[in-house]
Amino acid sequence: MKRILGQVGLYLLVALIILYAVFPFYYAIVSSLKPPAQLFRLEYFPTAASWDNYVSVFREQPFARNILNSLLVSVSVVALSLLLGVTAAYALGRVQFRGRGTLLLVILGVSMFPQVAVLSGMFELVRWLGLYNNLLSLTLSYMIFTIPFTVWVLTTFMRGLPKELEEAAVMDGANPWTIITRVFMPLLWPALVTTGLLAFIAAWNEFLFALTFTLTNTQRTVPVAIALITGSSQHELPWGNIMAASVIVTVPVVLLVLLFQRRIVSGLTAGAVKG
Amino acid sequence: MSEQSELTRSRIGAAWLFLAPMLFLLVLVAGWPLLRTIWFGFTDANLADLSSWKFVGLDNYIDHTDGKWTGLLVDPEWWRAVWNTVFFTLISVSVETVFGMVIALVLNASFPGRGVVRTAVLIPWAVPTIVSAKMWSWMLNDQFGIVNDAMMKLGLISHPLAWTANPDLSMIAVIMVDVWKTTPFMALLLLAGLQMLPSDCYEAARVDGINPVKVFFRVTLPLIRPAVMVAVIFRALDAFRIFDLIYVLTSNSKDTMSMSVYARQQLVDFQEVGYGSAASTLLFLTVGILIVVYMVVGRVQFDKD
Repeated sequence: MKRILGQVGLYLLVALIILYAVFPFYYAIVSSLKPPAQLFRLEYFPTAASWDNYVSVFREQPFARNILNSLLVSVSVVALSLLLGVTAAYALGRVQFRGRGTLLLVILGVSMFPQVAVLSGMFELVRWLGLYNNLLSLTLSYMIFTIPFTVWVLTTFMRGLPKELEEAAVMDGANPWTIITRVFMPLLWPALVTTGLLAFIAAWNEFLFALTFTLTNTQRTVPVAIALITGSSQHELPWGNIMAASVIVTVPVVLLVLLFQRRIVSGLTAGAVKG
Repeated sequence: MSEQSELTRSRIGAAWLFLAPMLFLLVLVAGWPLLRTIWFGFTDANLADLSSWKFVGLDNYIDHTDGKWTGLLVDPEWWRAVWNTVFFTLISVSVETVFGMVIALVLNASFPGRGVVRTAVLIPWAVPTIVSAKMWSWMLNDQFGIVNDAMMKLGLISHPLAWTANPDLSMIAVIMVDVWKTTPFMALLLLAGLQMLPSDCYEAARVDGINPVKVFFRVTLPLIRPAVMVAVIFRALDAFRIFDLIYVLTSNSKDTMSMSVYARQQLVDFQEVGYGSAASTLLFLTVGILIVVYMVVGRVQFDKD
């Protein structure tokens, strides 16, 4: 009897957790599919599906351009941080040299910087490089948070690879670059996928730099575009459009996360627990 | 023998060569901007023209002219932002730890459908912060919000509440949304800690018929304390620099303004780069102290292994 009660309790708790986790996004989808006239009628379940909000998001602002901007920034951030991360992780994970521990600690410290702490310096740098209101300013500034965890996770992973592999390659006269690309890369794929995904999601979601370093509608990334959707007055926000835009930018991330959930979970916990 | 050290030396050379691009970029986007920000904190720089400024010493922090104290350290709005940030961090991280622990314990039990729960729990983490802020401000809308509707149907409140506009409620709203968004992360970190525990002590307790609640407080909690500490400090550091959620949910309202929101408002909206940089520097120092605490706790844990 006690066992059954325990089981029922567990499943009630499970149901509650699922409801709590999923409901807000579910409700955003329901709201986004409502015809504008019905938006302010409270409904817990969808009654009609209309794509009006989705159409008007793209008509009323350069939202397609914003999505393209976000994609360009995120993909370039992933490519650059993986390239720098792999080479650095080889040095930090496979070679013994003085100052390695200190270097790792400094990199870890950078990952905890509040972004605001570098905002004015970064603003000056961006202007000086002539990148204000240019997507490259975002690719560059996002390195501050993608490099540290990319380097950390890849270093941890590199360290775990067997020494014999590398020794055999050295015997055959391979140089470090060949070792990285030919010997380690094939083994590193899982770690690369994990760190790449985390970097992509971080860049896709970033707000503060994107808000500060871009000015015009056509240079904005998606989070900024959504945050700045306004109606004719403060009290007349076009909620239908906002919900449609929110669903559009969230669905790809949620799909990625669901597809790669094991990898992402292991990356998140490796970054934190071992960091 | 000498060939070996030759090899080692060339490897170390290669290592620094491989590190160079990463280090260069890190200095460029982290080290240099940080130093410039600290420097700007001692100047009267303005955003309109960053190239002309003059050194003003500690005036941005504290200054006494004409019998009046000015500067960040005597600015009530700054201290309000500090208090908001501390309050937000304390409450949200505590709630997240408790919720995260419950979810982690559920995910650590074996039952059919566990995979579904883990997937569901990851969704709030995957939703961009801006989107979660917008989603919740729609749900918390005073007239058409589903939260008010549900609470009224359940008889918890008698009239709709203005969650994001009411000064007494807006911080609660911010915390609610943050808890929703970041509990999954906490749960995953705690779950990783739980999964590293040896299962034999549980078995022993179960065979002895000890109450599971007692087992949790007497056995599980002491064993995963290091993991909890690391997770809490990790989340606290993150909560301390909160910007996006507050900025989108309640914009520049004094009742919820965090240190990051305050600093950015000074820097960008008021163009006061000097004053804003001083605020950024104070935030950086605070986080720096927390990081030192984190490192010490982390070191203690490494030694135990």
